Amino acid sequence: MTITLTHFLMISAVLFSLGLFAVITRRNAIMVLMGIELILNSANINFLAFSRYSGMNIEGQMAAIFVIILAAAEAAIALAIVLNIYKRFNTVNVDEISILKD
Amino acid sequence: MIPQLTIALAILFIPLVSFVILIFFGKRFAEKSGLIGTAFLGADLLLSVYLFFSKMFSEDKVWDFTFTWIDLHTVINSIPLKLDIGIMVDNLTAVMLVVVTLISFLVHLFSLEYMKGDVRYSRYYANLGIFTFSMLGIVVTNNYLLMYVFWELVGLSSYLLIGHWYEKKSAADAGKKAFIVNRVGDLGFFIGIMIVWVQFSTLTFSGIFSAIGGGNIPFGSTNWLTAAGLLIFCGAIGKSAQFPLHVWLPDAMEGPTPVSALIHAATMVAAGVYLVARTFPMLTADALLVIAYFGAVTAFIAATIAIVQNDIKKILAYSTVSQLGYMVMGLGVGAYTAGVMHLVTHAAFKAGLFLASGSVIHAMHHALHHQGDHHTDAQDIRFMGGLKSKMPITFWTILIFTLAISGVPFTSGFLSKDEILAGTLAFSHFNGHTIIPIIGFFVAGLTAFYMFRMLIVAFMGEHQNKERIAHIHESPRVMTVPLMVLAALSFFFFFSLNPLSASHGWFFEKMTYPTVAVPATVAATPTEEFVEEIHHQHNLAMILSVGIAGLGILLAFTTYFWKKISADAFEKALKPVHTFLYRKWYFDELYDATFVAATMGIAKILAWFDGAIVDGIVNGAGHVTKFIAVVSGKFDSIVVDGLVNFTAFTAGISGRLLRTVQTGKIQTYIIFAIAGMMALMMFYIG
Amino acid sequence: MELKILNIGVLTWLTFLPVLGMIIVLLIPKEQKSAVRWTSLFFTVAQVVLAFMVFTKFDRSLAGVHDASTMQFSELFNWINVKSTGWFGSIKIDYYLGIDGISMPMVFLTAIISCIAVISSWGIEKSIKGYFALLLLLDTGMMGVFVSLDFFLFYIFWEIMLLPMYFLIGVWGGPRREYAAIKFFLYTLLGSVLLLLAMLALYFSVSVIDPASGEKIHTFNMLAMMNPANYDANSLLAGISTSWRYIAYIAMFIGFAIKVPIFPFHTWLPDAHVEAPTAISVILAGVLLKMGTYGLLRIAFPMFPDAAVHFAYPLAFLGFINIIYGALCAMAQKDFKKLIAYSSVSHMGIVILGIAAMNTQGMLGGMLQMFNHGTITAMLFLIVGVIYDRAHTRGLDDFGGLMNKMPNYSGVMSIAFFAAIGLPGLSGFISEAFSFLGAFQSFRWLTIASAFGIVLTAGYMLWTLQRVFLGTLPEKWNNLTDINSRELAMLIPLTIIVIILGIYPNLMLDVMNTSANSLVDFVKMNSTVSFGN
Repeated sequence: MTITLTHFLMISAVLFSLGLFAVITRRNAIMVLMGIELILNSANINFLAFSRYSGMNIEGQMAAIFVIILAAAEAAIALAIVLNIYKRFNTVNVDEISILKD
Repeated sequence: MIPQLTIALAILFIPLVSFVILIFFGKRFAEKSGLIGTAFLGADLLLSVYLFFSKMFSEDKVWDFTFTWIDLHTVINSIPLKLDIGIMVDNLTAVMLVVVTLISFLVHLFSLEYMKGDVRYSRYYANLGIFTFSMLGIVVTNNYLLMYVFWELVGLSSYLLIGHWYEKKSAADAGKKAFIVNRVGDLGFFIGIMIVWVQFSTLTFSGIFSAIGGGNIPFGSTNWLTAAGLLIFCGAIGKSAQFPLHVWLPDAMEGPTPVSALIHAATMVAAGVYLVARTFPMLTADALLVIAYFGAVTAFIAATIAIVQNDIKKILAYSTVSQLGYMVMGLGVGAYTAGVMHLVTHAAFKAGLFLASGSVIHAMHHALHHQGDHHTDAQDIRFMGGLKSKMPITFWTILIFTLAISGVPFTSGFLSKDEILAGTLAFSHFNGHTIIPIIGFFVAGLTAFYMFRMLIVAFMGEHQNKERIAHIHESPRVMTVPLMVLAALSFFFFFSLNPLSASHGWFFEKMTYPTVAVPATVAATPTEEFVEEIHHQHNLAMILSVGIAGLGILLAFTTYFWKKISADAFEKALKPVHTFLYRKWYFDELYDATFVAATMGIAKILAWFDGAIVDGIVNGAGHVTKFIAVVSGKFDSIVVDGLVNFTAFTAGISGRLLRTVQTGKIQTYIIFAIAGMMALMMFYIG
Repeated sequence: MELKILNIGVLTWLTFLPVLGMIIVLLIPKEQKSAVRWTSLFFTVAQVVLAFMVFTKFDRSLAGVHDASTMQFSELFNWINVKSTGWFGSIKIDYYLGIDGISMPMVFLTAIISCIAVISSWGIEKSIKGYFALLLLLDTGMMGVFVSLDFFLFYIFWEIMLLPMYFLIGVWGGPRREYAAIKFFLYTLLGSVLLLLAMLALYFSVSVIDPASGEKIHTFNMLAMMNPANYDANSLLAGISTSWRYIAYIAMFIGFAIKVPIFPFHTWLPDAHVEAPTAISVILAGVLLKMGTYGLLRIAFPMFPDAAVHFAYPLAFLGFINIIYGALCAMAQKDFKKLIAYSSVSHMGIVILGIAAMNTQGMLGGMLQMFNHGTITAMLFLIVGVIYDRAHTRGLDDFGGLMNKMPNYSGVMSIAFFAAIGLPGLSGFISEAFSFLGAFQSFRWLTIASAFGIVLTAGYMLWTLQRVFLGTLPEKWNNLTDINSRELAMLIPLTIIVIILGIYPNLMLDVMNTSANSLVDFVKMNSTVSFGN
């Protein structure tokens, strides 16, 4: 069985769905962040797969590395926000942090 | 103005001066105020007597002085509109001046003793002063305006004097009744004056009579002339207590007795007769006929009531009403001089009767007071009896007065009454109204009967109470002298030297018939013809009247002196009649039930109407306005404001609905976002 | 006739002197009660002095009424001047004062009554400053009504007088004062509105040539409104006996009738009288009621002569109703003040009857009756006030036998009562007699019917006299004191006027005679003239 582009795409889709599921269902802010990481990584897989199966150019690799750097920065900021939220509300449950609504 | 008129003015104003002095300084003079008043009146009397003689010996028909009181500076019916007033003295005035001042003076004198110690002694004399002033005013004025003015003032002073003892409700009531009943008559008088004024633009007697004589008739109809005369006569009906307005006079006896003598016997009540005499030239035959009937009916009704009364003053009061009816009847039938003469002679003997009754009441009071008896009525003749020996002067004078009023020959009353009766016979001869002389003679008999009844019951026989009679004394000189003077004046020789006929005496010579002014078509029998007929009837009248008076006197003696006829048995047998007469024909009850009750009833209804309906409409309008205000307020807050609120409300509802989407949960938003994206993708791609 | 003080016309002084007094009263600290009283008294006495001066200087031979040249003490200045404003035209309102024989007695009466009202208010303790200030303002309003000859000015004064009256009744009155004050205010305001409408109708119908600019302008000048030649040919009120003229007359009439008051517009009167303090009742009966009849004579009759003649009989009939109805209602009253109030209705009926006659005697009688009723009724209300101050009740049945307890009081009172009855020798008689004589010339049967009023009047007056003064004194009044010198000071001048005018009515008749004749002639002459042609 040869591994084709379709297989990469399917893994990426599964990963995206899992990430999305985590983002939507998890109450814990950390878990939501992790879901976001999964979504980003699914995007990375897609970048690499399209780079490999469409003429071996370098642009795909570069976008993936850019996303990894962005994800690291994003995680840092997001974790800082989560820490601040925890300090203020004594919880990281996103359902309870709904003061914007009122 | 001629000097005699200056004297007349002085006579008029002297009592007023007395009034002013006593009303303002009376308290200071206290006991002396009576003397002051009497002194003023004495001077007044002397002047009047002087004026009387100078008028009698003067050739002038009338002394007159007229001036313009109010000029309206405009012209109506080409006559300048102005109110002329003034005074005049003719023979009638001259006689009346003496009558008024003489009786007023005697009453002043009499009251010195009678009113001694009264709480309002000086006020009493002040009021006598204002009364005399007003009465003299009526007599000397030459126009209807001043006549009306003094007419009302006389009413006022009468009101004040009747209500002299106003603490007593009956006295206050009587004063009020007198004033109001008189006002009813005055209303007619005033309307009569209006007719005269509107037509002739003048109110002087001479002006009016000359206008009528010149063919000027009110509103061009002789009916209006008759109406004018009768309306002016209404004033006389009130003042002279003629039927149907006679009811006030008996009540007026609540005043002090000398006042009754002055006002309610001799002068004021005679003012009505004087008014008719003054108005005589403008009275049509129809008017005179009505006047004659009024007089006759009054004379009859009052005489029947007088028979059964027991209060000495009530008897005299009804006898006054009856005699006034006589005078009015005399004038009504056309016997002008006889009517006026009866006024003069009656003034003397009736004033005498009242003063004498005052003397008796005074003595009775004194005796009752001595006994400590406060229940027995001092004025009831049944409690008197046998006073003859104790009060000889009073008795003999009262006997003379009674003879005079009964029309016994040699008295003044005989002369005047005889002439009136002759006049009624002549009257019936010309127009066939025989009922008038019949009433005249019948009343003459009744008069003799009830007067002698009073005299016998009060003075003769035995007094029932030994202790009381012991305390009864003759009144002092101040009181008996006026009686004697008046008794002297009740003899014939003051009026005519012939004791059986007055027609050739000075009175008839001087007091000639006035010239009739009304058109011949509506005038009564011409004067000459009428006087001629009176002469024819004179002897018949004399015989009849003496006979009937004698019968009356005889009946009185048999009943009350010899007691051959039982008065009580009669009373029992004729109980309803007696009660009817005793209750004065129920006039008071009738008037109370009709006029008084109706007026008060209407007043109450109108007051209710005013408060409930008229004011109710006003308040109702207010309430309706308020209701409309409330309704429009509600409309404003519900409908108008409601629309505004509804817009906001809709916006609010939609906001609230949309708000539920905004959960504040990030995941929900994400789901929405994804769902939205997927929907878009399906829409565009799928 | 002119009279100037400090180069200001005497009528302006007369009118605005009380306002001057009001300003001073307002400047006085409120603790200084007697200063307030004396200041008010000073200014009203000064007004009486001026009025008396005017009275003596008044030329009795000049008619006035519709003729500007014979109006006396007249002052004419331009007051409000708005240049042409589109369809409205230019507005010109004058400050025009002047008096004639119709207003002279009223001016005199107003001055006297105001002065007496101040004296009788001596006992007022509740916010005294406000009271006297309002009283003085009221005085100005009343005086202004009687001296102004410009309709707009007249209307302003008419309204000025309303407001102080409202407060004087509403604040210093009896238990039901708010009700009475509001009723008075609204009722009079209703009349004012009708008056305003009639005034505007007149304004737009009348135009004169402005002497300054030469252009044709509308005017509020009353005398111009009386001249038929000044009416524009196609205006609302042009013509003769048109429905619009009748409507305007009736509107105006109702405005005045409410003030008089004429049945059925009279019901504010008993309430206002009963609740008002004594001084205000005195002013109300003494002066305010006269404004209604004054308005008829000054404005309604000469401006609408056709309507006045056409409605003369209905007017007389209303007078008849007033006389009889007022007297009967008075008879049924148990409250002293209410009785006097209804007697006012009855006596004002005589004025109406007299002036409706449209002849010299009736007119003179009516005008004299206005003055006499002012003095007599003022006395009667003062008398009620005196007894109310002492006994704190006005129930007629509560009294009796006061004659012995209060002899001086009873003496004055008897004079007032007999004057009201119309006893000859006192002022009421001659004016009543003239009114009836005049009326009889025009309306025979109606006058005869009205004359029954004199019997009814005697009835209820004497009955009252008896209930209050005769009989025996109830125990509870043993401590009543006789009238004091202040009270005598307010009653004696009126008593003197009543007696003098009773004996010598010429004193007042002289003043009115020429004007009354002129008014009668003017109305008769113009009643057949078509306006604006």
